[in-house]
Amino acid sequence: MSGATAQAETLPRPAFRPRLGSALLSRGLVTTYLSIMVLIPIVALILKSFEGGLAGFWDAVTQPQSLEALRVTVFIALIVTVINCIVGTAIAWVLVRDEFPGKRLLNSLIDLPFALPTIVAGITLLALYGNDSPIGIDIAYTSTAVAMALLFVTLPFVVRAVQPTLIELDQDMEEAAASLGASSMTIFRKIVLPNLRPAILAGAALAFARAIGEFGSLVLLAGNTQIASIYIFAKIESGDTEGAAAVSVVLLVAAVVILLAIGRFARRGLPV
Amino acid sequence: MSVPRWSKYGIRFGVLFYLAALLVFPVLMIFVRTFEDGLTESFEAVTSEAGLAALKLTLITVAIAVPLNTVFGVTAALVLVRQKFRGKAILNTLIDIPFAISPVVIGLALILLYGPREGIVGEWFFDQGIRIIFSTPGIVIACMFVSLPFVVREVVPVLQEIGDEQEQAASTLGANWWQTFWRVTLPAIRWGVTYGVVLSTARVLGEFGAVSVVSGRISGQTETLPLFVRKQFEIFNDGGGYAASMVLAVIALLTLVFMNLINTRKEV
Amino acid sequence: MGIKVEHVSKDFEDFKALDDISLEVPDGSLTALLGPSGSGKSTLLRLIAGLEHADGGKVYLDGRDVTEMSVQERGIGFVFQHYAAFKHMTVRDNIAFGLAIRKTPKDKIRSRVKELIRLVQLNGMAHRYPSQLSGGQRQRMALARALAAEPKLLLLDEPFGALDAKVRKELREWLRKLHDEVHVTTIFVTHDQEEAMDVAEQIVVMNEGRIEQVGEPKELYEHPKTEFVMSFVGEVNRFGDALIRPHDLDLALFKSDGAEEAMIERVSHLGFEVRVELSMANGDHAWAQVTRAQAEELELEEGQIIFARPSRAKVFENGDGPPTAPTDELQVA
Repeated sequence: MSGATAQAETLPRPAFRPRLGSALLSRGLVTTYLSIMVLIPIVALILKSFEGGLAGFWDAVTQPQSLEALRVTVFIALIVTVINCIVGTAIAWVLVRDEFPGKRLLNSLIDLPFALPTIVAGITLLALYGNDSPIGIDIAYTSTAVAMALLFVTLPFVVRAVQPTLIELDQDMEEAAASLGASSMTIFRKIVLPNLRPAILAGAALAFARAIGEFGSLVLLAGNTQIASIYIFAKIESGDTEGAAAVSVVLLVAAVVILLAIGRFARRGLPV
Repeated sequence: MSVPRWSKYGIRFGVLFYLAALLVFPVLMIFVRTFEDGLTESFEAVTSEAGLAALKLTLITVAIAVPLNTVFGVTAALVLVRQKFRGKAILNTLIDIPFAISPVVIGLALILLYGPREGIVGEWFFDQGIRIIFSTPGIVIACMFVSLPFVVREVVPVLQEIGDEQEQAASTLGANWWQTFWRVTLPAIRWGVTYGVVLSTARVLGEFGAVSVVSGRISGQTETLPLFVRKQFEIFNDGGGYAASMVLAVIALLTLVFMNLINTRKEV
Repeated sequence: MGIKVEHVSKDFEDFKALDDISLEVPDGSLTALLGPSGSGKSTLLRLIAGLEHADGGKVYLDGRDVTEMSVQERGIGFVFQHYAAFKHMTVRDNIAFGLAIRKTPKDKIRSRVKELIRLVQLNGMAHRYPSQLSGGQRQRMALARALAAEPKLLLLDEPFGALDAKVRKELREWLRKLHDEVHVTTIFVTHDQEEAMDVAEQIVVMNEGRIEQVGEPKELYEHPKTEFVMSFVGEVNRFGDALIRPHDLDLALFKSDGAEEAMIERVSHLGFEVRVELSMANGDHAWAQVTRAQAEELELEEGQIIFARPSRAKVFENGDGPPTAPTDELQVA
């Protein structure tokens, strides 16, 4: 026997489209603008880096100073990313699950590194941890200072990626696990963390991309620490644009790889 | 999650300490340093000819780059969300590139395209008497490049969330695409657009790396406020540097307040 | 506005949403498109509206070929399942939208909106936003909005689907009354057979992108042309090839011609109606629908042995062959 009630209709249907003319026009405009603004300059960069052929490119990249700059940059950026994963998740957790006076204020402060000009970010750190530090901590011109500046400018990425996921995370799951006898550490490891992992990774990728390219906040406090962006800048200043372009292309490739990697995680709710 | 009280307090104070040490106290120091040298002296630098010129150039840059990127951003978001076509993934990646690459690399790419000597099209512009690099157009283009994705990235999720039913409803009521956009779509995404505009403005105001490369840093001519700040420290006018930094920091804090206001509105 | 649809087909990638559909809807009628999800009923409605375009076939409104015409040009009213309310506009501005687009004079808009607000019983809510309305109120607003520019054709896509049962019933009744008042040709999509039977003058039963049968509610119920229609429009018991409506299964305490022995598994009292679940001698399960009076007379109880005799049954060949004459014989395989 069969009843006569069916489920509500939930068939996927293609998006409603405007008339073809305006669709083509807007798509064309967007593509043109992007090509002029982004694509063509990048093509110019790549062309320059290969001006001396593949060998020229390879020589420029494998120069000891270039390699050293890339190595140091990636190394510090990795450390900064790992710290961001841990602290960023903790901050997101405090902002979502903890309650204390001033939480809202703290929440809006997280975006400060996005709003503050990078040069000012560097200066703030120099003012507190520089050579006339009021608390007697002088780390100016060391790689510790570089790492700190990078932590400053990349702070929001993991926090803002994890926060919405944590808000939407169903606390029923955690309560269920607790009712089954799981300790809070086990609940965190087996329930919370696996659900947050995609968001943490997406935030981490953005933070890493930002860290390997950062310039403004480092320019006053990096000292002799060889950072890729500062190295490229010095090469431009000294007129070696080909060498600068070669190292730039390495950073560019890293950036695109990271972008594509992020594309595999959930995009929604990510900070910009 | 029921967490033992000690670990809850532990995490809370750990987080607060981290943010205080990294964010709050360093930013407060800018204000301390500005005021300890005496206000008038510090602000002499900001109100000097070069300081005012830097402020003016910065504002011009914002006035050109932000509106253009806003129009582009809304159009691009509509194209990405409402249209189906091949190459959409490529378009998507291209839009994100400015977020992922170093500002210095962006500056270099622009020099290699528009530079008077080595730029691919720069020579032609140079022959026409148009200076792009080491001049205002180059600075504006650099700022447009770095701030290009903000509006798109803020509007895309909003468009996805509101869906296209309201737009369909408008068309069944006789609205053409422009009327639909103007009366239905744009009002629905207005807070997303505003948020993107605020972020773009903050970014353009503070852009340093790309502008450093393309500007030539000619005092009073091609110096934006962030470049001016750096210059003050290089010429050991720390007081002036801190004062200019404070101006930028105050703008940033206002931006935060504004972002917060929009966020509360968005929830309505 | 009379509607004619001729040999219309529509594919979504490799899914056949509509398969060579032809249909006529007379001017001024109230028609339901009824079918399960995926039957193509919403697609057909959107195609008539101009929100979708057919891969093949023609659509005529009042004898005019509108197949290539845009939705804006067709001058229809459309009501969406989830209201599609303009969230940033007040009730008043929502309703006025279609008129404002057409550059109608202000005072005319004002009087028309007032009239519609009264018609859909949203008095005093003109300045509220959709978020301040209940689901039922939002849907009435959407209806008023669709009616504002006086369309000659009103199309509703599962208009009451997102509402709770009570509001649904009220709106159903209200839609029927509205149609009596306004007399605009109306087509609505639903998956709820009771809703279709209750509201529509004519029902189009659809399944898998095809029309199974078109007819008045009574005709569909009494003379279904296919097994699908019979089982979708009302409930059925199946005995081998035969389909029997639960109320056509007579229960008696004593055996008579054509009656089968059955054991009562469960008796549910649903007010006036009593549902009797039966386990037949051959192991089949069935249920009979009797009135409370009948149930009391027979003193039905769980575990009781009783005799069930179908007063009407239908056999369809291969499910979609021509229907056979109703039979008085209960066929048990």
